[in-house]
Amino acid sequence: MDGAVPLFRMEGVSKRYGGVRALEKAELSVMPGRIHAILGENGAGKSTLIKIMAGVVAPDEGTMTMQGRAVTFSSPAAANDAGIVCIFQELSLIPELSVADNIIISNPPTRFGMIDRRAQRRLAEAALARAGASDIHPSALVKDLPLSRRQMVEIAKALARKPRILILDEATSALTAADVAKVFAVLKRLREEGLALLYISHRMHEIAELADECTVFRNGRNVATYAAGTKTDNEVVELMIGREYSHIFPPKTPLPSSDRPAVLECRNLGWTDRLNDISFSVRAGEVVGLGGLDGQGQRELLLACFGVLRGLTGQMLVDGKPVALGSPADAKADKVGMALIPEDRKTEGLMLPMTVRENLSFAALDRLSRGGIVDRNAEQAMIDDMIKLLAIKTAGLDIPVGALSGGNQQKVVIAKWLMRQPRIILLNDPTRGIDVGTKQEIYQLLRKLADAGAAIVFYSTDYDELVGCCDRVLVLYDGAVKRELVGPEITEHALIASALNIQDDNAGMKQGAHA
Amino acid sequence: MKDWRYWLAEQRGTLLAFGIFVAMFILYTSNHQAGFTANVVQTASNKGVLLAFVAMDQTLVVITAGIDLSVGMIFLLTNCVASWLVVGSPVETAFGVVVVLAVGLLCGALNGAIVIYGRLQPIVATIATGAIFFGIALLLRPFPGGSVNERLADALTGRLFGFLPASLVALLAVVLVVWVPFSRSVYGRAAYAAGSSETAAYMSGVPIRRGKFAAYVLAGLLSAIGGLFLTFFTYTGDAAFASGNAYTLFSIAAVVLGGVSLFGGRGSAIGAIFGALAFRTIGDLLFVFDFDPLWQPLFQGVILLVAVSLGAFALFRVRNRLEWFL
Repeated sequence: MDGAVPLFRMEGVSKRYGGVRALEKAELSVMPGRIHAILGENGAGKSTLIKIMAGVVAPDEGTMTMQGRAVTFSSPAAANDAGIVCIFQELSLIPELSVADNIIISNPPTRFGMIDRRAQRRLAEAALARAGASDIHPSALVKDLPLSRRQMVEIAKALARKPRILILDEATSALTAADVAKVFAVLKRLREEGLALLYISHRMHEIAELADECTVFRNGRNVATYAAGTKTDNEVVELMIGREYSHIFPPKTPLPSSDRPAVLECRNLGWTDRLNDISFSVRAGEVVGLGGLDGQGQRELLLACFGVLRGLTGQMLVDGKPVALGSPADAKADKVGMALIPEDRKTEGLMLPMTVRENLSFAALDRLSRGGIVDRNAEQAMIDDMIKLLAIKTAGLDIPVGALSGGNQQKVVIAKWLMRQPRIILLNDPTRGIDVGTKQEIYQLLRKLADAGAAIVFYSTDYDELVGCCDRVLVLYDGAVKRELVGPEITEHALIASALNIQDDNAGMKQGAHA
Repeated sequence: MKDWRYWLAEQRGTLLAFGIFVAMFILYTSNHQAGFTANVVQTASNKGVLLAFVAMDQTLVVITAGIDLSVGMIFLLTNCVASWLVVGSPVETAFGVVVVLAVGLLCGALNGAIVIYGRLQPIVATIATGAIFFGIALLLRPFPGGSVNERLADALTGRLFGFLPASLVALLAVVLVVWVPFSRSVYGRAAYAAGSSETAAYMSGVPIRRGKFAAYVLAGLLSAIGGLFLTFFTYTGDAAFASGNAYTLFSIAAVVLGGVSLFGGRGSAIGAIFGALAFRTIGDLLFVFDFDPLWQPLFQGVILLVAVSLGAFALFRVRNRLEWFL
């Protein structure tokens, strides 16, 4: 490593946004033929680092060199031309265009000045195959694809641009386990082909499997670079958060006895071909997890409970009484008292340009107003409580919520629903793309809410979370509950084994290997 | 899914507009005194192509998630310019046509420059430029008047081989020369991409600005072709404010009928053309049924509402309420 010439080097790079230091004299060397992992909490400077490399923002100071020659990027297109391609966490796909259009968008093949559609189709198919996503039809519109498929298109699109440096920012967070295995195989092949890969992820086991070297960022500085495998997970986490890091999950309270009545009960729920005869119940004080591979109906189940799906069959009972919920407004009404923390906070959880205050009180406006007029004092009091309860870090209540960090945005989404004091709380993968510190706070909050009597249904794509947080876990497969794990039965091994219930042994082995 | 089903899904808006047009036109000709004759088709085509050109202008801008409220005024301005210049010897006439088209390009370029480089909202920018274009038109033709090279005019509004309306052939030629290359070019793709998701397009390194600018410039050109044809039909230039406004509003109706999404990123000028032809036919239906022409706006409005509602039927099939908002 000492003698080799870095493909890309960054020295003394700083970036400020207003008064906030996002990056402070950052250094980074990227070698060809290696996978370099970048770790750090949200707000540690990773995103800014990537944006600078990808030409999205310009650094205030510092130098960047490619193979010893100084470079500056004025736009993403300029960075692409230099061979740096980034797969962003926020997808960069164009929803109304087809998969093939999207994959080839940066430099489509042309004939007589027009885009050669046949050549485009061929290139797109090749790129999809290379990314291990041949199941996606090149003519499908991106907006019709589920999130995990879009992410695969995003990866195919990056590969089609023939990068020399490929940056993956939480690229696997939306993927199914089977896709992750495919993508990993692709990444390893690219490494052999001599590409440099920067891999940003919150998932430690992914980094352990892939990375050759790791750099940890904290507060905008790179605090350590080390060869992969030379530090334990605990040491790494300590570097990231800079404090002693022990009990990440709060202790579980002993299970409430089974004769306690169910707050929410679903009987034989069915919906199109996505939900199939699902029955379960949640008691007060209980955290029930939804497990399984991504996209097995967990999201639909939560939406069904929350009154979003039409044509639902089966029965739902709240406090033992049948209810028919025609909309989220019905679900949040006091006699039901349900809240759903949605999957995508940017579109379903928050109104980004509106203020923190407005976002916090949206769901509870009916409770805070009399005769249609919002009682500002009551609103303020409740907001103060929430800010304190969740330790939301914001420069003020009247700044746009979009200006907060991802973790704090997610806290606002949760707080907005807690303002109604819901009795049934449904969470759809609430910790996706969130830093470790905030995750820990959310885990503790969940347990606190359960202890205070809430019934919680918690879907997570992270098996560690299900093991650490849940009293029971329902493992879904193909829209049906395949297995229920209770108490000590909930182990990562059991979760994976039952998630892959119908899969062949090979897939099971792969899963086990990097779990 | 099979390839053809993706194709069908993509063309649904265009096909629907085509269907509406065919249905309306059959209804129209079967109740017309003269029936389905070359004369009836020629007249209908001449009226229809004017709106079709203006609707194509609107399509190009709407695809970029913008809106062009100056189309009707570009149409009037170029009509007034043509009534001065498209006269005389073949050389003079050709020069006049080039100038008229250049005026349209300039108008489009002005709109594009203000919206894209000036970062003003399209709705505001084009209201303002529309007023400017109308002002110039009024200075050129304070009163209706002027003339046009009648041989050229008659050739382009007459019939080929005795049955084919020349204006329809001209429309087809414009589609082939302007729309098809644009929609398949990199800039066309960029215009669609910017209309669908500008951030994603930027992140993908798409030439957004040039793509959008090209769309605005070509839009101006299309309205100018419309203005030229208006001159060929009327033999005069007339800065008629109400007519300009009507064309602007009708162009939006035609675009919506043609399956072009007002949110940008989806639709085609072919659909908008059928939308325009259908909308025109709807307006003429009253005449063949001997209604008082006073009913025309009301009737057109109702039909438009019904037609647009057809597109919303898909919402009844939505099983996941979140899809209502996509």
